[in-house]
Amino acid sequence: MEGFVALYIFMLAAFTGYEVISKVPTILHTPLMSGSNFVHGIVLVGAMVALGSATTTAEQVIGFIAVLLGAGNAVGGYVVTERMLEMFISSKEKN
Amino acid sequence: MDGPSQSLLQPGVAHWLIQASYFLAAILFISGLKKMSHPKTARGGIIWAGVGMVVATLITFAEPGMHNYLLMTTAIFIGGILAWWTGKRVAMTDMPQMIALYNGMGGGSAAAIAAVELLRVLTGAGLTHESFAARELAVVGALIGTVAFSGSLVAFAKLQGWMRKVYRFPGQQALNGILFLALLVLGFILARGEFSATEYYAFFAIALVIGVLMTVPIGGADMPVVISLYNALTGLAVGFEGFVLQNPAMMIAGIVVGSAGTLLTQLMAKAMNRPISNVLFSGFGTGDDGGSALAVSGSMKAIDASDAAITMAYAEKVIIIPGYGMAVAQAQHKIWELVKLLQEKGVKVSFAIHPVAGRMPGHMNVLLAEAGVPYDLIYDLEDVNSQFPTTDVALVIGANDVVNPAARKDTSSPIYGMPILDADKAKNVFVIKRGQGTGFSGIENLLFFEDNTRMCYGDAQDVAQKLISGVKAM
Repeated sequence: MEGFVALYIFMLAAFTGYEVISKVPTILHTPLMSGSNFVHGIVLVGAMVALGSATTTAEQVIGFIAVLLGAGNAVGGYVVTERMLEMFISSKEKN
Repeated sequence: MDGPSQSLLQPGVAHWLIQASYFLAAILFISGLKKMSHPKTARGGIIWAGVGMVVATLITFAEPGMHNYLLMTTAIFIGGILAWWTGKRVAMTDMPQMIALYNGMGGGSAAAIAAVELLRVLTGAGLTHESFAARELAVVGALIGTVAFSGSLVAFAKLQGWMRKVYRFPGQQALNGILFLALLVLGFILARGEFSATEYYAFFAIALVIGVLMTVPIGGADMPVVISLYNALTGLAVGFEGFVLQNPAMMIAGIVVGSAGTLLTQLMAKAMNRPISNVLFSGFGTGDDGGSALAVSGSMKAIDASDAAITMAYAEKVIIIPGYGMAVAQAQHKIWELVKLLQEKGVKVSFAIHPVAGRMPGHMNVLLAEAGVPYDLIYDLEDVNSQFPTTDVALVIGANDVVNPAARKDTSSPIYGMPILDADKAKNVFVIKRGQGTGFSGIENLLFFEDNTRMCYGDAQDVAQKLISGVKAM
């Protein structure tokens, strides 16, 4: 990928992140932090590529750790976020 | 399926399908986060993002030229099942440290990816994708990811109560500075592409140590900001490694989280009226700079739970201010039971939540939501502060610094200028507290000495139970 294309992606993604969060009520701060913690669990994909292209034992060991940790980030992040959000019910919905 | 197969599909089709899936995943992540920022759509948001994650993970198996599928699946299953099991089991009160833990894993994963890539440079195999500034970004990502990894684990240990002490020693800042300088030099050497194994190991070792050293002196009161900061850092590291691996899903998701997390960190620091640099480099929350210059006048006056219950039952308007003490005592269910009783008696009850109450912003909202409190009874600081002068009872449950009037009155107080909930302006203030000690920050709370304040000592859950019996007995 050409350098400038990468730079554009970087800039647009940075603005997107800023915009998405800027009008969040306090009550959602923790779930949102947890949710964004889940989203960077996408690191799992990179870890799979790193392990998938590993040839030496050392690379395989580190790659294995990367995948293990990445899977933990993704799955754990999802489970706790989902548990938190399923509790957000307004009094109208309840009745 | 093993071996350096072309791909599971025709090369052209596979490439198109892989890119399209990553594109779809990026859309799902961004719209998922967007939905998560509104209470009504929040529950759908995490599901969208989850679908994105599944799509991206599955299609990665079809990347061309991959080996080690057995190792990969094993690692996914072990890591996934462990995280699933812990995530399902953990109590709501312990959520903050679990976020820290999973975030640390993400940082560690990003660092490990960089470690593999740089190892390939070391052994002469070269990066998986040689591209613009790839080595430099791999190094920066490695640095950030490693610091986020060890830092988050320390934050986890602190919140979990495994590490209660705040470690500070003379020359700590200087040592951090020297180590950081060494890290930059080593990083520069690594980024040049010609380095020895020793330099490679030293780089990661020092980064690990810095993450630990940065976090150990930070007091518990500041942990929310720190976790949020590490969350943003992990996002950045993931984004950078995405550039290294030329993986657009990682690039976009990582950078979006990096910037969203930075903004969230700023919002939190702003709510505490403390610049982020103060959080990281000064000892607030450790108690050693606590002492207030304003002489504390008056004394703490105790009250029986039954008397407090009667006052509340006859009140017109009650505002409840929960803090970490409620979380520790798991008192949220009892409190909600109490609120329902009071509502039956015609009392107007609402909850006031300070942005940094508890160990994370929104921590209290999560706990109250768990107990079944509808979110429209819960008010933010700006919306509720004007209400206190017309309130009969402000019930403070295990909150401390967020209701300390010193933040308004005492210019020498470390928390001076921090926006607080003006509980002291209510006609009566009842404070449920375990003992007479100072709170997490070690600062004396002037509210406890006010004339209209009564202290109700005890574990928040026990006191709540007594309040319930008190109201029922009427």
